[in-house]
Amino acid sequence: MKTKRVVITGVGCVTPLGNSVDTTWQALLAGESGIAPLQGFDTDAFSVRFGGQIKNLALNDWLSPKEARKMDPFIHYGIIAGSQALLDSGLEVTEANAERVGVSIGSGIGGIQTIETQHQTLQEKGPRRVSPFFVPGSIINMISGNLSIMHGLKGPNMAIGTACASGTHSIGDAYRMILHGDADVMVAGGAEHATTPLGVAGFAAAKALSTRNDDPQAASRPWDQGRDGFVLSDGAGAVVLEDYDLAKARGATIYCEVIGFGMSGDAYHMTKPAEGGEGGARCLKQALKNAGLNPDQVDYINAHGTSTPAGDVCEAQAIKTALGSAAYDTLVSSTKSMTGHSLGAAGAMEAVFTAKIMQQQVVPPTINLDQPAEGCDLDFVPHTARDVKVRYALSNSLGFGGTNASLVFARV
Amino acid sequence: MSSIEERVKKIVVEQLGVEEDQVTPDASFIDDLGADSLDTVELVMALEEEFDCEIPDEEAEKIATLAQATAYVENNLE
Repeated sequence: MKTKRVVITGVGCVTPLGNSVDTTWQALLAGESGIAPLQGFDTDAFSVRFGGQIKNLALNDWLSPKEARKMDPFIHYGIIAGSQALLDSGLEVTEANAERVGVSIGSGIGGIQTIETQHQTLQEKGPRRVSPFFVPGSIINMISGNLSIMHGLKGPNMAIGTACASGTHSIGDAYRMILHGDADVMVAGGAEHATTPLGVAGFAAAKALSTRNDDPQAASRPWDQGRDGFVLSDGAGAVVLEDYDLAKARGATIYCEVIGFGMSGDAYHMTKPAEGGEGGARCLKQALKNAGLNPDQVDYINAHGTSTPAGDVCEAQAIKTALGSAAYDTLVSSTKSMTGHSLGAAGAMEAVFTAKIMQQQVVPPTINLDQPAEGCDLDFVPHTARDVKVRYALSNSLGFGGTNASLVFARV
Repeated sequence: MSSIEERVKKIVVEQLGVEEDQVTPDASFIDDLGADSLDTVELVMALEEEFDCEIPDEEAEKIATLAQATAYVENNLE
């Protein structure tokens, strides 16, 4: 199958740390937190009153006010990240190549804010007041739809919804589309905007979120003894995946190569990870096998690391199961300690971060990791970024429903 | 300009994201002001909201310009 090679030639992101890759990357290396009290609605009655929201977004640099008004914020974020990635790649979409350029940007939840506000309109004013843009402004595939319209991308047009693994699945699937010959270039990623009343209430009811309201910036603390749940965040990430020969021929800047993708299902529980991280371990093994790597070749893992009591231990166990003793020589960090957990956007943001790690050869830290919990004994790069050689890296995502996905990257 | 026309014009400017001077009485929402069919549905909804009325679909379909919208409101309401 793998006669072709696929590389990342463009990256884009909108995160709680910044509205571009550069600002986000600098904040990650500095170990900053993007978490703050929630804005946009009255949180008095909520058990969780903080999150990682997008701040000061120059929306009209990318979309006219008329266009923007018809779209949920998760679509704004996805369009901006996708457009940034395309711009960064320097790829010119022309009549000659348009059919070979596709887009697949997913979401875990989709347009929940629009669903909430339109439902309120329905209740208060009746069906005649529901907006004609309610459906196209909230469904999950409308980032891909709108990006294709804006940039003339006539290749495969998709959106994957696999909860918190959506971004990683989107990139892995798009990578395979290029290997299969369905496209030469794919803009792939994920986007989310779930810090809405219903979103926060739902995740809080599932007891998934940290309730550290008195110290939001210390709330996302993966593998730490004091962790008490994840921090809900918004944003988007996108990469431009491109056939290596084409990228080379046009002199594109190459961040790294995608060399493998693994997937698995826990078949265990709606929200809890399988005992001992069994499903996550199979996913990592599958990814390594697909990439043709031995465990001791992995230099770095960008972990799912959400800061939940069960999830963090299971993921650490999964890494140890998959890598064996080599796990102790592999750096593992959670950038969610700084960004919070942006659900379907997370894996895509983290693929962007990992592409930067491969290019810059420096690993962002896991902040707030003061006292590692029992069983969390890997090198989690606590507090401070580290300059290291990263030849091969993995990025890991695990989602509700027991869905797991891992990408493998190589330095070119 | 009647106050009704001014109110209708304000809605057209907001809904279609156009400049006020583009909204001449006979400028077509679709052909001249860049609206699509969904924009016109939303525009009619905004008119209903502003003038607290219900515009039947068969009447709404005939409203394609500022002059037509203003005339409809003047003839059927207030």
